[in-house]
Amino acid sequence: MTVEAPRVGVITFPGSLDDRDALRAVDLMGGVGVPLWHADHDLHEVDAVVLPGGFSYGDYLRCGAIAGHAPILDEVKAFADRGGPVLGICNGFQILCESGLLPGALIRNRSLRFVCRDVYLRVETSATPVTAEMTVGEVVEIPVKHGEGQFVARAEDLRRIEDDGLVVFRYCDADGVTGDEHNPNGSTDHIAGVRNAAGNVVGLMPHPEHAVDPDVGPTGGQPLFASLFARALAGAGA
Amino acid sequence: MRCTFEVLVTLKAGLADPAGKAVETSLPAMGWTNVSGVHVGRHIQLDVEAPNEDDARAQVAEIAKQLLSNPVIEDFRILETQGSTERA
Repeated sequence: MTVEAPRVGVITFPGSLDDRDALRAVDLMGGVGVPLWHADHDLHEVDAVVLPGGFSYGDYLRCGAIAGHAPILDEVKAFADRGGPVLGICNGFQILCESGLLPGALIRNRSLRFVCRDVYLRVETSATPVTAEMTVGEVVEIPVKHGEGQFVARAEDLRRIEDDGLVVFRYCDADGVTGDEHNPNGSTDHIAGVRNAAGNVVGLMPHPEHAVDPDVGPTGGQPLFASLFARALAGAGA
Repeated sequence: MRCTFEVLVTLKAGLADPAGKAVETSLPAMGWTNVSGVHVGRHIQLDVEAPNEDDARAQVAEIAKQLLSNPVIEDFRILETQGSTERA
């Protein structure tokens, strides 16, 4: 029996540093990682697109600001408009916010400290490509590592984000209970990840690509990739 | 003509400004116990080639809106350019 493997593109920007890990995670999970280049206008017919973590353009101006106008973003926007699954991780989340594909913004951690540790995330909706195979309330353990991950939004946007169910993940404890002590960066309403109105574009600060290999830590990233693969193979965006 | 502009980008009022707070917190140890309301922003200078200064200023406003600032969290001001310079 042969099972079709989804082609998942991972965009490398100048200063990306988790692109290799993202490609490796895709391969480990049984997909086909396809390297994409920021200056190209070609997504190489992938089934899903990942914007990886790192420090694109040295975080100059604002995190993700310059990458948010990179040539390949035209293609990412067109792909997203067609319903294609797009996942932004950490700096990739910042890029999606800066490009207008996702609501809100990410500012310096409230603690002023870079934070690098494993956190728990509670799934808030299964109406996204990365949570489609998960259940609401499910808790996964995934690492964060960032200095500017505090999610904020204008009051009217925040209302829309909450009312329309655009929150995908919240920081919590192992039992799924939220609290300031479990929120690594001071994000509003403990928001760790959001989606767009259509649901096919998702961004989160934690790193699922660092959480697929049981040899090196928690494996909370596995169900996200499994969901993404299932959705990608279902032909969204094709 | 070529016009020089300076754009000042600041965090919106009411938003947490961790960088400003960090600077403010370091001041008492240096002897300044009378300082509050410290905010850190960003300063950008650009030269724009345009038919006239109004046109150049409008372009700078657009650049500031689209790239230099993030309207979700920041405001911007275009500073008076001390004699936008006309060069041959």
